[in-house]
Amino acid sequence: MKGATTPSRKEVRFTGYGGQGMVVMGLILGRAAAVHDGKSATMTQSYGPEARGGASSTQCIISPSRIFYPYVIEPDVLVGMSQEGYDKHRLNIKPDGKLLYDEDLVTLSPEEKTKNIHSIPATRFAEELGRKIVANIVMLGFFCGLTDFVAEEAIRKAIEESVPKPTITLNIKAFDKGKSYALSLLEGSAAKAKS
Amino acid sequence: MGEERRVLTGEHFLTGDHACAEGGMAAGCMFFGGYPITPSTEIAERMSLRLPEVGGIFIQMEDEMASMNSILGAAWGGWKSMTCTSGPGFSLMMENLGLGIVLETPTVLVNIQRGGPSTGLPTLSGQADMMQAKWGSHGDYEIIALAPNSPQEIFDHTIKAFNLAEQYRTPVLVMSDESVGHMTEKVIIPPREELKLVPRNYTKKKPGEYLPFECGEDEIPEMVKAGDGYKIHITGLTHDKRGYPDISAEAQDWMVRHLMNKIQKNKKKIIEVERINMDDAEVVVVSYGISSRVAHRGMDLARKTGVKVGMLRLITVWPFPDYMIKELAERVKAFVTVELNFGQIALEVERYVAGKAKCYLVPHAGGDVHKPEDIAEAIKEAAK
Repeated sequence: MKGATTPSRKEVRFTGYGGQGMVVMGLILGRAAAVHDGKSATMTQSYGPEARGGASSTQCIISPSRIFYPYVIEPDVLVGMSQEGYDKHRLNIKPDGKLLYDEDLVTLSPEEKTKNIHSIPATRFAEELGRKIVANIVMLGFFCGLTDFVAEEAIRKAIEESVPKPTITLNIKAFDKGKSYALSLLEGSAAKAKS
Repeated sequence: MGEERRVLTGEHFLTGDHACAEGGMAAGCMFFGGYPITPSTEIAERMSLRLPEVGGIFIQMEDEMASMNSILGAAWGGWKSMTCTSGPGFSLMMENLGLGIVLETPTVLVNIQRGGPSTGLPTLSGQADMMQAKWGSHGDYEIIALAPNSPQEIFDHTIKAFNLAEQYRTPVLVMSDESVGHMTEKVIIPPREELKLVPRNYTKKKPGEYLPFECGEDEIPEMVKAGDGYKIHITGLTHDKRGYPDISAEAQDWMVRHLMNKIQKNKKKIIEVERINMDDAEVVVVSYGISSRVAHRGMDLARKTGVKVGMLRLITVWPFPDYMIKELAERVKAFVTVELNFGQIALEVERYVAGKAKCYLVPHAGGDVHKPEDIAEAIKEAAK
């Protein structure tokens, strides 16, 4: 598993509102990369009273080498789980960066600049699985299906270490749901390209 | 549960604050007396959970003055002790930091710096307590202060701080910042048997022969602890080798010189720096803590435009590596100091450069970090 995939520094920003588990997403991705995938990872989060109930944002840098500058410069991936978070950060994305968002919670700006857009009803899927609270892990599965920054096995291990023990099965189901939805979208677009 | 919970050997993904607490645990800390204050609170919180696991004591004191005193008392009681604070809490600890220095008490004070003055920016970063670290308590003294720039380093440096405290019988400061305290990265905690810990230097002299402030050439007195039968007296008043008050210019001269010499004579053993790209450097960036990581990017950007720039990263900020700056000033064109304040360590750099090279400062009021581009511009300007 060590040393796979990423050729250079990758930057990810997770944005939503307080309580959706944006920080947990960053923590899982960072832990997966740093502890289980032989990479360096730096996670930082919005902090303080302004982050409660309002916009919550987590930044995660992943790199095959030592990370000096610890903050997002231009994200390779922006994950939007709330309208406010998306609106606040959408202009900062890399020109060819990926935008992943929850389609029931975010309406895209007519001026959205990146073309690399993928949507998922993450919260609705989570509700179908029985608990809305795992929407973040559905989104993380979706992220994993659409990127190769961190090995899937590493993310699975990090989920198991980061969520409360009785919820591991539910969280893994949520991850699988998001990942298979991403793969079905990719297959769909591949089929479209062929026809 | 017991001692087997002391060192959490393994690879972790931890915030700087939590890594700091684990550093204290690994170093053998048994007592934490503190008063929670953002952004250092998570250190106290973790210690409140961790210390009882090994039979240690966590006390939330009534304020920072009492917190500082409690860790001095714990040290004289025979335990390794620490506290943490930030912003106004650091100001409140200054009086009894002085007591710790004059009693020559081994203990560790961690400051996760935030923006000031006053209540300032509780949740945002700053590095404007660096001169307070040196001069904040009244009177003349020397201090040891470390400036970690990552969660791994704050773990390592907290252990190092405990070791230096024992080695030099003095309070040691860990001067971190909100950015490092709240950043999460991989932290490797080594197996217990690989940790290099300095035990307390207890005297072998018998009660009656031992004097609490007597020392040899190295200026470092030996320790005792309460309950071992040594009847001693220690006081914040100027004192003689016995620890008895001596209100005279002669005693003052002996005591203050001793406090200064203890650190100054040993500074080459204490000081640690990291030299980056220094072989061909014509411009030297001087930085520490979070700013050193931001400045690293500034340095890389400037290098891409052909500037021969390197970095002297201060791991130990106090005692200041004056001899290194003097030596570099003889051969480089300019120094660029990068810190989250309006020029504190920059003043030290200037005074040891003493006009032999140009000195620049990239100031910042705190609340955020520098823009790496601004640092790169300053480097390019300095290289002209």
